[in-house]
Amino acid sequence: MEKLIISPAPHIHGGDSVRKNMYGVLIALIPALLASFYFFGIGALIVTLTSVVACVLFEYLIQRFILKGNITIFDGSAVLTGVLLAFNLPSNLPIWMVVIGALVAIGIAKMSFGGLGNNPFNPALIGRVFLLISFPVAMTTWPVVEPLSMKYLDAETGATALAAMKEGSAITVSHLDMFLGKMGGSLGEVSAIALLIGLAYMLIRKIITWHIPVSILLTVAVFSGIMHAINPEMYISPVTHLLTGGLMLGAIFMATDYVTSPMTPKGMWIYGVGIGILTVVIRTWGAYPEGVSFAILIMNGFTPLINFYIKPRRFGAKQLKNNK
Amino acid sequence: MKSFRIGGIHPKENKFSAGAAIQQADIPATVAIPLAHYIGNPSEAIVKRGDTVKVGQQIGAGSGFISANVHASVSGKVRKIDVQLDATGYRRPAVFIEVEGDEWLETIDRTPDIVRGCSLGKEEIIQKIQDAGIVGLGGATFPAHVKLMPPPGKKAEYLIINGVECEPYLTCDHRLMMEHGEEILIGTTILMKALGVDKAIVGIENNKPDAIEHLTRLATTFLGITIQPLKVQYPQGGEKQLIDAVLRRQVPSGKIPIEIGAVVFNVATTFAVYEAVQKNKPMIDRVMTITGKDAPNASNYRVRLGTYLSHVVEQAGGIPEGTGKIVGGGPMMGRSLMNLDVPMAKGSAGVLFMRDEESIRKPSQNCIRCAKCVSVCPMGLEPYLLMAYCERNMWDELESNRTMDCIECGSCNYTCPSHRPLLDYIRFGKSTVGNIIRNRNNK
Repeated sequence: MEKLIISPAPHIHGGDSVRKNMYGVLIALIPALLASFYFFGIGALIVTLTSVVACVLFEYLIQRFILKGNITIFDGSAVLTGVLLAFNLPSNLPIWMVVIGALVAIGIAKMSFGGLGNNPFNPALIGRVFLLISFPVAMTTWPVVEPLSMKYLDAETGATALAAMKEGSAITVSHLDMFLGKMGGSLGEVSAIALLIGLAYMLIRKIITWHIPVSILLTVAVFSGIMHAINPEMYISPVTHLLTGGLMLGAIFMATDYVTSPMTPKGMWIYGVGIGILTVVIRTWGAYPEGVSFAILIMNGFTPLINFYIKPRRFGAKQLKNNK
Repeated sequence: MKSFRIGGIHPKENKFSAGAAIQQADIPATVAIPLAHYIGNPSEAIVKRGDTVKVGQQIGAGSGFISANVHASVSGKVRKIDVQLDATGYRRPAVFIEVEGDEWLETIDRTPDIVRGCSLGKEEIIQKIQDAGIVGLGGATFPAHVKLMPPPGKKAEYLIINGVECEPYLTCDHRLMMEHGEEILIGTTILMKALGVDKAIVGIENNKPDAIEHLTRLATTFLGITIQPLKVQYPQGGEKQLIDAVLRRQVPSGKIPIEIGAVVFNVATTFAVYEAVQKNKPMIDRVMTITGKDAPNASNYRVRLGTYLSHVVEQAGGIPEGTGKIVGGGPMMGRSLMNLDVPMAKGSAGVLFMRDEESIRKPSQNCIRCAKCVSVCPMGLEPYLLMAYCERNMWDELESNRTMDCIECGSCNYTCPSHRPLLDYIRFGKSTVGNIIRNRNNK
């Protein structure tokens, strides 16, 4: 004890850290990752690894040579962006396209705004949407499920349930298969059960709160349920809506991204309801069969506005009835 | 189980000294009794160099409404009246006394007998409390007599006694409830009389089941006093949070508790009220906790005011090896000390030794907008936003986002995964906005 340290209170810290949260989300992604390796085989592994390595590498190169600042590749956020980007891609996407997606996600969507915490839009989704617009064919040619397949670029392909619905043909996958993940789609989005296990883990660890996933899923269920009740011939059932496409992945892992979602429970509800409505609208009447990515990105844009107008419940703001 | 309704955290309690009975600290050779208080005007010395004083003799007179008297905690000769570096980090006036013997004023009842009945009227009680120099011992050291005189038009309905002790490590209030429970309840009755209320509630967190049980048993013989167990949650000892927890009423922004009919006193203050009114003993000592993960004896001492902290720490076994920071008070709201050569003041609740590795803050990172600071803030504020406004000198926005409501509990800093110095900035913002508001009101 040569010298004592002087600093203002508080003198203790709860021990939470950015890294703990980021790696916590990564742990929550493990079930979905294993499911994708099982359903799509080697392709899923190649795309995920490429995406993670590329994201971390681009973040390092940008911080080292362009920003010349701190290197923060070990905080887990670049790894997380990599995994989430891969989860939004088909498992037969060529490596070079994955790398471009990673460059857009990290370089344009994240680092150009000032790095972690400053990006207005979800980086992984920007990467995915950039690829979708640039390479529409490759991004919508989905491999069919072939457990533990060793095929990558030469995997057999077929339409997803939502794409089939858009073309007016019948959906052939059973609800149970959808729940387990036995259907075509982006590599990480197919298994609802695996994603829900991840959600449970994040809620238990208090990494996220329930507001955003619940508000999105509830809105989609209610909105599509009303339409289905009016005309079951024309509109698919709410269960199909919930279990297909990127809805589970979006509601649980993409929309809950700290940086781009609102700060108060009430704000989270507005954001979640907005995403839910936009998703169903785009799926039903839009040009694309899938709308979750666009819905989340649009509501990301509203987040600063929501934060500006929606304030937390202030202490003493309203005199609550006293229970004498 | 009841608790306050907005925000809150649960830090590790680490109440190592909870089982350690209160010991009498030795009387030092010299004391420096602070004349200044945490808030309000400093008192004026009414003794001069060379005067001989007895224990309990008044040496400082309160000046102005929010001020309190100061009494000699030892007997001896006044050596000088000079400035002294105190636990707040400022040099402020103090009366230095060289100790000779331990001679008390004859009027003080030093017997251990408990005096239960009190025949004094409202005004006499308040006068006695004011004469005895009693201030709130929970931390803010607000003069007790001021709280007993509600502004015109306001009427107290409930007296709330704060036995929460939500700060980790500290146990002085816990020990006081265990060892002087009856005196605290008599003090409560006296305060009820002074306020003219017939209902008092003692709030105690349920991590002190022995104190809850002890006081509940004693309270059966007192009229109008209920003991309310509370779910452990920091900062429940905050006045506004405690009222919300026990009464389900929230003090409006910028107002004081009397607005909603409540007056809050800490258990240690209540005990001091008992001693002043029933035993004629002015405020000359208090109980404090000496603790830390490596403290040789985590203990509770009854210490005379003006005793240098180094003197008490020595009795408790000295400074442990590997101490990186010494905190005066609890770890959430206490102040770090430059050294132990500061005198014990009325608000000193403890000395906490922190290990080297816990003493240094981790570097601050970008805000990741996780919203955890918003969810833990007990006042319903947005700490991340207030810090951002401070960094950009946006004072109007700070004011409209209610920065002045901040109670500086530190829950935001404690929770932030990016280790951002949220409260440091908010304090800065509060002082600047406070000045702006004062200047505006003076125009």
